[in-house]
Amino acid sequence: MARAVTTQRKTINTAIAWAIGLLIFFPILWTVLTSFKTEAQAISDPPVFLFFDWTLENYSIVQERSNYMRYLWNSVIIAGVSTIIGIIIAVPAAWSMAFVPSRRSKDILLWMLSTKMLPAVGVLYPIYLLFIKMGLLDSLVGLTIVVMLINLPIIVWMLYTYFKEIPVDILEAARMDGATLREEILYVLTPMAIPGIASTLLLNVILAWNEAFWTLNLTAAKAAPLTAFIASYSSPEGLFYAKLSAASTMAIAPILILGWFSQKQLVRGLTFGAVK
Amino acid sequence: MATQHSRSAARLMLAPAVILLLGWMLVPLTMTLYFSFKKYLPLRGGDLGWVGFDNYIRFVTSSAFWPSVMTTLLIVGGVLVITVVLGVLLAILLDQPMWGQGVVRILVIAPFFVMPTVSALVWKNMFMDPVNGILAHLWKAFGATPIEWLSQASVPSLIMIVSWQWLPFATLILLTAIQSLDSSQLEAAEIDGAPPVKRFWYITLPHLSRAITIVILIQSIFLLAVFAEIFVTTGGAFGTRTLTYLIFQRVLESQNVGLGSAGGVYAIILANIIAIFLMRIVGKNLDA
Repeated sequence: MARAVTTQRKTINTAIAWAIGLLIFFPILWTVLTSFKTEAQAISDPPVFLFFDWTLENYSIVQERSNYMRYLWNSVIIAGVSTIIGIIIAVPAAWSMAFVPSRRSKDILLWMLSTKMLPAVGVLYPIYLLFIKMGLLDSLVGLTIVVMLINLPIIVWMLYTYFKEIPVDILEAARMDGATLREEILYVLTPMAIPGIASTLLLNVILAWNEAFWTLNLTAAKAAPLTAFIASYSSPEGLFYAKLSAASTMAIAPILILGWFSQKQLVRGLTFGAVK
Repeated sequence: MATQHSRSAARLMLAPAVILLLGWMLVPLTMTLYFSFKKYLPLRGGDLGWVGFDNYIRFVTSSAFWPSVMTTLLIVGGVLVITVVLGVLLAILLDQPMWGQGVVRILVIAPFFVMPTVSALVWKNMFMDPVNGILAHLWKAFGATPIEWLSQASVPSLIMIVSWQWLPFATLILLTAIQSLDSSQLEAAEIDGAPPVKRFWYITLPHLSRAITIVILIQSIFLLAVFAEIFVTTGGAFGTRTLTYLIFQRVLESQNVGLGSAGGVYAIILANIIAIFLMRIVGKNLDA
């Protein structure tokens, strides 16, 4: 039963919540606003909020000077390809653990999760060395493989929790009707699991996009994605606030939008199904 | 229901994922263990032979070790306290009836999607800069002398940046947990005359305990590995060198691979201790 809430209380709730929400969001808002200012306005004292001469020049300067598009392309390739390969590998694995569980399924699932807990810095040098030996340092192929592997446990887990919710009876009915295993997965399971697979895809693109340990340590110029591009603004370019803001806005905008669509799945994905 | 045929098919389909992750885990882990028992300086002579537990002892007796442990504990602990306390309060607030709830939720979770290098740089330059930063303007407006955040108060500054990034995660999970609380319990308590603080303490908080535990465990694993934020802001200077950053410096900056690997093994052991607790909770959930 819903309780009747006085309008007064609702108004107070709304005011406090909006104030806090805007405070938390402020750094992002400020970055976006600053990206449309001139450098002089960006550091004016006192700061200007909305009433300045809006300009787009920072965006074109950033693109010209550092070839933003190439970094963007690298980010898209690394995040996109690593997620797709991860899902192709994870769907059969999650299927078999969800629908043909054996005594070891649970152990395998937990073990997969444990590989995610391995601190990256603990294996930094071996990976670095292997990359040099195999000529993968600063290559898109190498980075895509690493990002795929660090997210694979999360992909398997998310798919597993989604598959678990599909009633086994439907799959058995298909089998009774003479569907082969391939047909069963392709034509019965996959269509029902599309929403789950889509959520998994979304969350993992976000995680891969923002991955900043391996991308910073394993790339130089050629394969560097946006995380590394922004890090190169550390100094002294970072003091040019308007350009820094334009570069930052371009780096976070795509994922911010994707992220807002995936907020529900975020909880499930990041708690490995422990909180739904 | 599972036939012999489907069982072997299942095993076959599980194989690629298992083999890949096994390789990803075992190969580098074995190499790290191997290097940790060697004096290995790639730029200064390469492999200089076995040294037993020398690296392990030198890593913990070096003057940088204990400060780095303290910094790590401060950052992980500070961020955990801030995100959990504020996360619970925010989750309760967001659960109240209000106008534009969806929009507020979007505003609150947005920082989670900002890549670490961006948030570190934006905070460092546009907020914490002692001359042109927003905080400096704010301090001046109240007649105070601006603080040089990242050198005078480096660890609190980092805690602030990292908390800003992780508060959305805690809030979102706690909000999801709060929404599953049966509101009739709270109503019954209210009718019986229990004041809000008591309702929170005896009903809401116990209900949230599992979600809080999960937030703490998952965040600990990610917070122990915080890297980009330090890399971009202070580069490990001004007492912000965490265990992770110290190992990174030993391995890649000073190229003392043996010593760094020994540190890496310590980090792996530490992460595993936390992981065991997390696994237990997740595993229990799997049976249900």
